[in-house]
Amino acid sequence: MHYKDNIDYPPMLTRPAVFVPLLVAVFAALCWFQAGDGALGRLVLGLVPGAEGNTLNLATAACVTALVGFNIFVVMRLPLRQQVWLVWAELAALILLFFYSFDLSFAFIQRKIGFLITQGLLTTLYISAVSIFIATLLALMGAIAKLSSNGIAQGIAHFYTSLFRGLPLLMQIYMIYLGLPQLGYVVDAVPTGIAALSLCYGAYMTEIFRAGIESIPKGQWEAARALGMRPVSVMTRIILPQSMRVIIPPTGNQFISMLKDSSLVSVVGVWELMYLARTQGQTEFRHIEMMVTASLIYWLMSIVLELAQKRIETHFNKAATR
Amino acid sequence: MSLAQDTAPPAIQITGLNKWYGVLQVLHDVNLTVARGERLVICGPSGSGKSTLIRTVNALEGFQSGEIKVAGIRLTRDQSVVEDIRRRVGMVFQQFNLFPHLTVLENCALPLRLVRGLSAVEARDRSMHFLSKVRIPEQATKYPAQLSGGQQQRVAIARAVAMQPELMLFDEPTSALDPEMVKEVLDVMVALADEGMTMAVVTHEMGFARQVADRVIFMDAGRIVEQGQPTTFFSTPKSDRTRAFLQQVLH
Repeated sequence: MHYKDNIDYPPMLTRPAVFVPLLVAVFAALCWFQAGDGALGRLVLGLVPGAEGNTLNLATAACVTALVGFNIFVVMRLPLRQQVWLVWAELAALILLFFYSFDLSFAFIQRKIGFLITQGLLTTLYISAVSIFIATLLALMGAIAKLSSNGIAQGIAHFYTSLFRGLPLLMQIYMIYLGLPQLGYVVDAVPTGIAALSLCYGAYMTEIFRAGIESIPKGQWEAARALGMRPVSVMTRIILPQSMRVIIPPTGNQFISMLKDSSLVSVVGVWELMYLARTQGQTEFRHIEMMVTASLIYWLMSIVLELAQKRIETHFNKAATR
Repeated sequence: MSLAQDTAPPAIQITGLNKWYGVLQVLHDVNLTVARGERLVICGPSGSGKSTLIRTVNALEGFQSGEIKVAGIRLTRDQSVVEDIRRRVGMVFQQFNLFPHLTVLENCALPLRLVRGLSAVEARDRSMHFLSKVRIPEQATKYPAQLSGGQQQRVAIARAVAMQPELMLFDEPTSALDPEMVKEVLDVMVALADEGMTMAVVTHEMGFARQVADRVIFMDAGRIVEQGQPTTFFSTPKSDRTRAFLQQVLH
């Protein structure tokens, strides 16, 4: 927690009153969902050969519960940071095991992954990066317009956020790709994707930027103005740097979300990651291989964004946390 | 005083100033001239319009009728005029309003670079000079949140004075401070007055008024009710309202 209580309570999970009922609940849930029927049961069969039905269920539940209990027992004895990393790694391993259980053809993945990255990932990154840049500009302009005393600017900004937050992103892509040609303006697929993503996310981020700017007390504006600073300086040197503390976390969310929503652009035939994942798998009926690969690539990119967000947050928090 | 100073326009000249918030009139036909080098203290009950009055001088508040001249320049709604006047007027706020994302040194140096066009080195040197004058140079690399209220207010004074304004406005500079910190801020203000800075101070610190002020103004309900030299103002207040107010704040 950011502001820790100064009293050192014993950690919840080291108390038998919490630990034991927790294990009982895990055991009961596993029995209830008949854990022995599935993959876990097949694993347990190696330990208890010949078990079946209820016996297998109970044996599976007991094994998993024992494993969970032992895991908690070990993890609770580590320092906090190691606890976090270990639990993270364990959960990641479980997810990878889940994917592994699909009986994937790694030879096929190996054959295709190069193309998935050079063509798909690069296109996705290109579309996302350009869209992130334009959306940020749009959001900044939108927020300033909304907070201005100019009726026309306010009207445009309010309509903009209402329309582009209100329509499904897929609809916006179609409107630009199929609608604009009706007026005689043909837009290519990649510019369509960039335009739709920028406009849609710019609209969401307008509200984030507006809230961030509004979170700065009036006295900051007054002090900057009273010193004779020009409006642009007041905004860029005093207000925005302080707003960043409020703006960065939800904006990081938006960027991660945009990265994955860029997959919607595949509907107009852009050869980005999701499009390739679907089409490359089709020829040899290896859909799952490509989907899992694409998913992991998306996840890796999100992790990179998460880490970047964390660094930027620390930077803008440095004055407040000292 | 030399002849040139005698003929120079007054620091502030306010004539027939009226201001409304909606239907509520907060300033009634205020006339006030502050000479160069004069130390003016404005007091009065809360809601009397004293803060509003000094905030109209550097255009933090607008007004509906009347005229304000600062150093002979008429305050209009022209952005360049407003900026010109704000560069001649320093202001210190009740809530300090230091920039929390900048260090103490940067708080002083950034406006010097942006507004006065100093180089980074010049701005730092001048900031350190004025931080020394408010006796706080050792805190230069800290952030405002690490300082006490009194220290923050002294930094705010240094930040304003480093801009080398022609006059200084103080809007209740000690009202948000713990009692033991009031003196360190008042000492800095007294030193500033001794250097001949033109000052308009809204405050309830009557000791400061006695010690420093050339003139004390009492406001009530948006009007200047009474004004005079501190000695006569405190010993023989003319109006009942002034007497009632002084009884409240002096006891």
